[in-house]
Amino acid sequence: MSATTTTNTDAQLSFRRPSGIRTVKNGAATVFVTIATALAVIPLAWVLYTVITKGIRLILSQQWWLQSQRGITPRREGGGAYHAIVGTVEMALICAAIAVPLGILGAIFLIEYAKGTKVARAVSFMVDILSGIPSIVAALFIYALFITIFGLGRSAVAVSLALVLLMLPVVLRSTEEMLKLVPQELREASYALGVPKWKTILKVVIPTAFAGIMTGIMLGLARVMGETAPLLILVSYAVGINFSPTSDTMGALPTMINTGRDQPPQFPGYERVWAAALTLILISMVLNLLARAIARASKLKEK
Amino acid sequence: MAVTDTGATERLEPEPDAAHDPSLSPAGGHVDHMHSPIPQVIHHQAPASTAVDQVDRAPRGVKLAKISQTGDRVFRALASTGALAIVLIVLFIGIFLLALALPSLQANQDNFFTSRNWSVGGTDLAFGIFGLFWTTVLSSILAMAIAVPIAVGVALCLTQYLHKRASGPVSFVVDLLAAVPSIIFGLWGLTVLGPFLAPAAEWLISKIGWIPLFSENIDPKGSVFVAAVVLAIMILPIVTAISRDVFAQTPRDHIEAALSLGATRWEVIRTAVLPYGRSGVISASMLGLGRALGETIAVMIILTTPAPGSPFSPSIFAGGETFASKIANNAAEFDSPAKTGAYIAAGLVLFVVTFAVNAMARIIADRGGAKS
Repeated sequence: MSATTTTNTDAQLSFRRPSGIRTVKNGAATVFVTIATALAVIPLAWVLYTVITKGIRLILSQQWWLQSQRGITPRREGGGAYHAIVGTVEMALICAAIAVPLGILGAIFLIEYAKGTKVARAVSFMVDILSGIPSIVAALFIYALFITIFGLGRSAVAVSLALVLLMLPVVLRSTEEMLKLVPQELREASYALGVPKWKTILKVVIPTAFAGIMTGIMLGLARVMGETAPLLILVSYAVGINFSPTSDTMGALPTMINTGRDQPPQFPGYERVWAAALTLILISMVLNLLARAIARASKLKEK
Repeated sequence: MAVTDTGATERLEPEPDAAHDPSLSPAGGHVDHMHSPIPQVIHHQAPASTAVDQVDRAPRGVKLAKISQTGDRVFRALASTGALAIVLIVLFIGIFLLALALPSLQANQDNFFTSRNWSVGGTDLAFGIFGLFWTTVLSSILAMAIAVPIAVGVALCLTQYLHKRASGPVSFVVDLLAAVPSIIFGLWGLTVLGPFLAPAAEWLISKIGWIPLFSENIDPKGSVFVAAVVLAIMILPIVTAISRDVFAQTPRDHIEAALSLGATRWEVIRTAVLPYGRSGVISASMLGLGRALGETIAVMIILTTPAPGSPFSPSIFAGGETFASKIANNAAEFDSPAKTGAYIAAGLVLFVVTFAVNAMARIIADRGGAKS
């Protein structure tokens, strides 16, 4: 640039390319991010490929969805995952019945009632801690509370309660984010018509944020359905169909995988493990895709 | 209740000078509706000073109906209870775990922190967490060391390199990685990834096996190394998502200022994007670390449990047990309170460690300007 004092301005003004080392560094950075992105995409494809190729045969049979594993040993063909699907769905639904109202109420408190206060910061901090709690610790806590202290036995309900601890922060955080996005003008318009605050929240704020809340619920359900640790500690795996949530044995897809995973590959039971894994992935993926579809259709968009 | 509500709106007659009242006109001082959501006119039965001012200014003859606040009070109480329940749950987790672990800790004959023993079967308790702590921290730190650079690279690629139309599907795929249940990662890690990584492990052992951290061990398939790679894959979506959001918030001005000075794309990232997102990335890494520390089933499936009494090996190619996998492995044996207490003590340490890591993540995120 200092050379512009010379007479031949046209030649001197030509924009130089960055010096050699800078170009090299820039190129290296581009290569690095490209490799990183490739590395990040590979595992999903690889996992899906493995699970699908090993489990697709059984999934496609009708029997898989309609029968349990009662009376089926690892050496025998046959049976299905109905008992495990029932257990997984039932425990997740009981969990959602507790976690969803609690999560939404917590989010309403944080955004509508206590925004910006010290109390809100304290609660928010606790939610962060809760969202970081390992599933095994949540399971131990429920074990300590219900089985050691209250003297109740292991049961599917206990599992649901442990799952509540894991689902609650997911629902609360996504609801909170959505409530933040609801335009303040909507609330003010409602207040201006003399509508009390609670009715404004129930009839204006929540319906506006509904899609986002549903997204959070779906993601929370997907997370708790794949959890294994609480199932290991709080309930025994059953091979038969059982609808009672208070019984101490209940089938579930993760424990179905866990109990069968030690079999040698030539046994039919080995294939059922991968089929159960594929079923679990399918449920989780469907919930995730549904959550994304709802979020996309939502009226509220992040700016 | 509904009658009084609507009554209040109907009986509100327009004040003649409402347009000139600065507190009512939209152009006037900003009315903070967050803290006084009910239009202030209705507030006249409350002894608040602002409400009194307005009633004084209102012309005579205007009657404002009383509005029932029962609904509000009930709803507010409900919401507060929900929030309180969350706080109590977290406190209870700590208190209950401590209460049940204390008797076993007092009966413990070994040093809880330095012993590698774990004999809780008989009447005499002798257990320590040193081995568990080492495996847990080693696998998680290694996972973080693998995942964070890749996650930052992906986040930079998504926000600074790719066009929006291309970055959408890529971030979708990375997000979907979080949808795979951990037990499936465990199964896949043991049967597919472990054998795949075995040659790499053997190569490392042959080259730098003299370092204790990389020394040879019997079973490279179920090693901390494989577990760490799987953990890295599992925390990748979390770290990527937060880093991506933080990088995307880099002020446009900073980027353009760097560009106008002739910076290359990498220099823009180094001078504008990375400094802005640093606290966010550190916070995201801590969250990922917290997740890796507590991961149970994938680690439990992959890691080979060493035989009791086998010598301690610091190597990443050794098997081992983490806090979580130890508890899960022995979940069927929780029969006596003393025995259970020993496992709960291990769980308590895990709780405290993850609490500290997550709290640190939160503090770092709050200190830095960029929020995810």
